[in-house]
Amino acid sequence: MTARVDGPDKVTGRARYAVEHPADGAAYVWAVPSVIARGTIRSVDASRALALPGVLAVITPDNAPRLPGTGDPELALFQTRAVAYRGQFAAAVVAGTLEAAREAAGRVVIEYEQAAHDVTLTASHPGLYKPDFVNPRYETDTAVGDFDGAFAAAAVRVDATYRTPAEHNHPMEPHATVAVWHAGTLTVYDATQGPSRAAGQIAAVFGLEPGQVRVIAEHVGGGFGAKGMPRANVILAAMAARVTGRPVKFAVTRPQMFAVTGHRAPSIQRVRLGAGPDGRLTAVCHDVIDQTSTLKEFTEQSAVATRHMYAAPHRRTTHRVVRLDVPTPSWMRAPGECPGMFALESAMDELAAACGIDPVELRLRNEPAVHPETGQPFSSRHLAACLREGAARFGWAGRDPAPGVRREGRWLAGTGVAASTYPARAMPSQARVTVSPSGRYQVSIAAADIGTGARTALLAVAAEALGVPAAAIDLRIGDSALPPAMIAGGSMGTASWTWAVIKACGALRDQVRARDGAVPPGGLTAYADTAADIGALPAHARYAFGAQFAEVQVDADTGEVRVPRLLGVFAAGRIVSPAQARSQLIGGMTMGQSMALHEESAMDPQFGDYPNHDLAGYHIAAHADVQDIDAVWIDEKEPELGPAGAKGIGEVGIVGTAAAIAGAVCHATRIRVRDLPIRLDKLLRQSHDPDDSAVHPAAGRDRQIRL
Amino acid sequence: MRPFGYLVPPDPAAAIAAVTGRPGATFLAGGTNLVDLMKLGVATPDLLVDVTGLLPHRIEPVPGGGLRIGAGVRNSDLAADQRVPGSGCPARAGDHRNLAILGGSPHCVATHPSDMAVALAALDAVVHVEGPAGSRALPLGELYRLPGDRPDRETTLERGDLITAVELPAPGFAARSAYRKVRDRASYAFGVALVAAALDVDSGVVRDARIALGAVAPRPWRARTAERMLAGRPATAEWFGRAADAELADAAPLPDNAFKITLVRNIVVRMLCELARGELAGAAS
Repeated sequence: MTARVDGPDKVTGRARYAVEHPADGAAYVWAVPSVIARGTIRSVDASRALALPGVLAVITPDNAPRLPGTGDPELALFQTRAVAYRGQFAAAVVAGTLEAAREAAGRVVIEYEQAAHDVTLTASHPGLYKPDFVNPRYETDTAVGDFDGAFAAAAVRVDATYRTPAEHNHPMEPHATVAVWHAGTLTVYDATQGPSRAAGQIAAVFGLEPGQVRVIAEHVGGGFGAKGMPRANVILAAMAARVTGRPVKFAVTRPQMFAVTGHRAPSIQRVRLGAGPDGRLTAVCHDVIDQTSTLKEFTEQSAVATRHMYAAPHRRTTHRVVRLDVPTPSWMRAPGECPGMFALESAMDELAAACGIDPVELRLRNEPAVHPETGQPFSSRHLAACLREGAARFGWAGRDPAPGVRREGRWLAGTGVAASTYPARAMPSQARVTVSPSGRYQVSIAAADIGTGARTALLAVAAEALGVPAAAIDLRIGDSALPPAMIAGGSMGTASWTWAVIKACGALRDQVRARDGAVPPGGLTAYADTAADIGALPAHARYAFGAQFAEVQVDADTGEVRVPRLLGVFAAGRIVSPAQARSQLIGGMTMGQSMALHEESAMDPQFGDYPNHDLAGYHIAAHADVQDIDAVWIDEKEPELGPAGAKGIGEVGIVGTAAAIAGAVCHATRIRVRDLPIRLDKLLRQSHDPDDSAVHPAAGRDRQIRL
Repeated sequence: MRPFGYLVPPDPAAAIAAVTGRPGATFLAGGTNLVDLMKLGVATPDLLVDVTGLLPHRIEPVPGGGLRIGAGVRNSDLAADQRVPGSGCPARAGDHRNLAILGGSPHCVATHPSDMAVALAALDAVVHVEGPAGSRALPLGELYRLPGDRPDRETTLERGDLITAVELPAPGFAARSAYRKVRDRASYAFGVALVAAALDVDSGVVRDARIALGAVAPRPWRARTAERMLAGRPATAEWFGRAADAELADAAPLPDNAFKITLVRNIVVRMLCELARGELAGAAS
C-alpha cells in the first residue's frame, strides 16, 4: 500500500491551494450577486462603495472591460445587463483588503427591471424540447425494435417515475483564483481540474494566444466535476487584476457556489420495463426530463446508461430539456449515470419483486453478450462477477425477499443491491520525461491532483515504467506550461495520463538503451502524445462496472434511516494505486449515500433561489452516518485503453449506491421512495397513503407499516 | 470593514450597565450563535461586552436537592456531570418541513431549534436573571415567548438582562427521564422533532408526567394538556396516544410539515411506554 506522496505536505499545511499563493500587493475581490432571477440591471450606484477607504474599483456592466470571447455566457461577466438567474454576478468590488471589499459590496446599490421568472421543472412543462445532443455529445434519443408493442405484450410490467433533486458538488475548497498580469501575459493560480483546458478557455475569453495564459493548480481541494471547466471566479479575478493593475485574489463563498459553480439539475425519469415471468427483459424504456438555464444548454445524459446495461430486444431512451431561470447545471460526479442508474436500478428492484426473482439473479439473467443497442463487443464486462463476488462477501444468499418483516427493537431492517457502471475512456494527453547524467528523472504532464491521489499514482506508474525507484523521479503536474493533458474528470485522468507517461518513459528507455546506458551531459528527453493511439481505438463498448450492496435500518416510529453496511465490488480495469483507489471508491459510495438520504438543493419558487445555500442547510452524510463501508475490486485488466490497463474509478463508486439504499429501505419498510432524498418525512407520509405500487398488474400488497 | 468595540467589564453590574445604555451593544458569552450571525451580517453589534469571565462557572447544590448551574458552565462540563439527569444526551450537542406546527402566528412559524431548552423545560428549570432593575428568577416557560405580532422578540428578556444561572429543582421522578432527538442525519443537525419526557408510575397508574417538545413551536413546548390528561390514568400505550393526540389537537401544520404530528405522537408514545416499563430511565438517544 503506497502512502500518499503529498500527504505530509497536506497535513502540515505546506501544500498550497490556489488562493494561498502569495502575491505581492494583492487586492481582493468580493462579488455582488443579482437578487432577481430574471430581468435587467437598470442602474448601478457604486458611489457609497467607492467612498470606503481601500476600495480600488467597482466593476459593473457600465465599466467592465469588453471581453472578446463570449462563447461561454457563464464566463462573459458584466458583458450584458441581462440577469439570467438569481445569484449571477451583477457587479464586483476590488479593494486592498478582503474586509473592505466585502463591506463595499454591501454598499453597491443595483436597481433592476425585474421580470417574472420560472424556476420549476414539471413533466408537462410547455418549454420542454429535444436537444441536439446530451452531455457531452451523446445521441438524444435511441430506439431499437418496437418498445410499445413489446411492453404492451409483456407478462410483467413496471412503469414508474423517479425524481432526483438539484444537487451541488461542494468540494471542500471553494472555487478560487489568484490572477497576475505581467507584460500582457496572465498567470492564474486556480482551483481547476484541468490546467491545459482552462488555459485555452481563459485565453479565448480575453482574446489572447493560448501561450499567453498560464494556469497553475498545484493542489486542488476537490472538484467532483465543478472545477472541470473555468468558472466565473477565474475570469473575475483576471478582469479585476487588469482593471486595478494589481494581483487579485478571489474565493467564491459557499452560498455563491450554489449559483455560479455548476450543479446537478433535478430530473424526472420514467422507466418502463417489460419482462417475461422468468424476469427476462423484453422491453426497456427510459424517458428523462431535465432542466437547464437560459444561458447555456446542458442536458444531463441520464438515460445513457440504460442503453448498455441489460439485454432486451425492444428498447428506447429519450431526453427532453427545458430552459428555466435557474443557475446553469453542469458536471457533477457521474453526470448521467448517477441519477439515471438510480431510476433504472430502482425499477429493476421493483421488477425483481414483481417477478418474485432475487434481484441479483434478475440482473444475471439479463446480462447482454454485446452492447444491446449497437451490437459492439464489450472490451471487458464483469458485472456478473461483481454481483457474485459481492453477494458472497455480503452474505446475500438466503435473503428473505419479503419486505417489512425484519425488526430488531425499534429498527426495521432491510438489504438492497444495485449495479454500477461508468464509461471507460481516455483522451489525448502528452508527457515529457527527461533523465540527467546523475540518474535523476523528471516526468512532466499537466495533470491535476484534485485530492484523488493522482500524484501518487502517476509516480508509481512512472517508476514502474522506468524501472527505477520513485525516489529518483521528480514528478511535475498541475501547470499548463507542462505538456497538455486531459482534465481530472470523466474518470479519464488515470487512463489518459498514464498512457502518455508510460509511452514517454518507454521512449526514454529506448533512447538510453540505444546509447548503451550512457546519458550525455545534457541529459535525454522523450516526449509522447497519445492522440494517434486514442484515435485508433476500435469501436468497442468500454465500461467499468460494479455491484453495490446496502443494509439499512429504519426507525419504525420516526422513519430515521441509518446505513450500517455498504459494500461495493468493482470491475474497473487494473487498479493502479490501491490505497488511493479504495479512498476514491469509498468516497463515491459515501456521496451516493448522501444522495440517497440527504442531498437536496431546495428551490424557492418565489425568489428563484436555494434557501438552504450553506453546509448547515445542505446536508451531506456526517461521519456518524457512514458506518461499515468497504470497496473491493475483482482482477481485471482493460485490454484496449492504454498500457496501464486502467478504466478509471472516480465516478463508478457513486453510481448505484442510491438505488441499493432505496431498495434496502423498501425491503425494510415496504415503502418505495422514488423521489430522492429518502427522508423520514417521506416515509412517515407514505406510510399513510394507499398502495402506490408501480408494478402492473398491481401486486396489491399492504403497504401500511407501523410508522 | 464594520468596526465594533470590545469591552471586558470588571463585574456583572458594569456589563449590564454597558449594554443597557447602548442600543448597539450586546453580551458576548459562548459566542456560538452571535459570532456566526455577525459573520453573516445578520447581527451587527457596535459593542461586544464580554461576560465570559463574569458568569459563575460552578454547578452547586441548592437547598431541597436541586442544582444551580452557573451561566458560565460549559455544555461539555455539564454533560460530564453525573448529577444532571440525562447527562451525556444529545440535548447538549448542539425549508418548510422544519417549521412550527404549534404556537405559531401569522408573523412567524419558525421553530425554536434548541435541545437544551427542551430538556430544561421538562425539568421545570428556573432562570436567574440580573438586569438594570435588579435580580429576578423566572420559570423557563416564562423566558421564551410566542411570536404573536412581535416575531423579532424570542424571549421576555429586556435590554441589559443577563442570565446568570439556571436552577434545576430536586430531581424527584425526573431521574426517570429520557430525551429523544430525531434528526435527518446521525450527527451535526438540528432536530426534526425533540421530546423530553419523564414519568412517575405507581402500580400501573400515572402519578405524574412531564413532556416537553422541541422543533415544533417557536419556543420549547411544554405539553401540559397531555400531562394533565395522563395524571391518574393507566400507563398504557392507548392513554399515552390519547394524551399526545390531545396535545396535538390544536396543531396547525402546513402541507410540508404535517408529518411532524405523526412523528411527535409516535415518539411520545414510545418514550412513555419505555419509561413506564423502566427501560429508559436516565437514558437518552
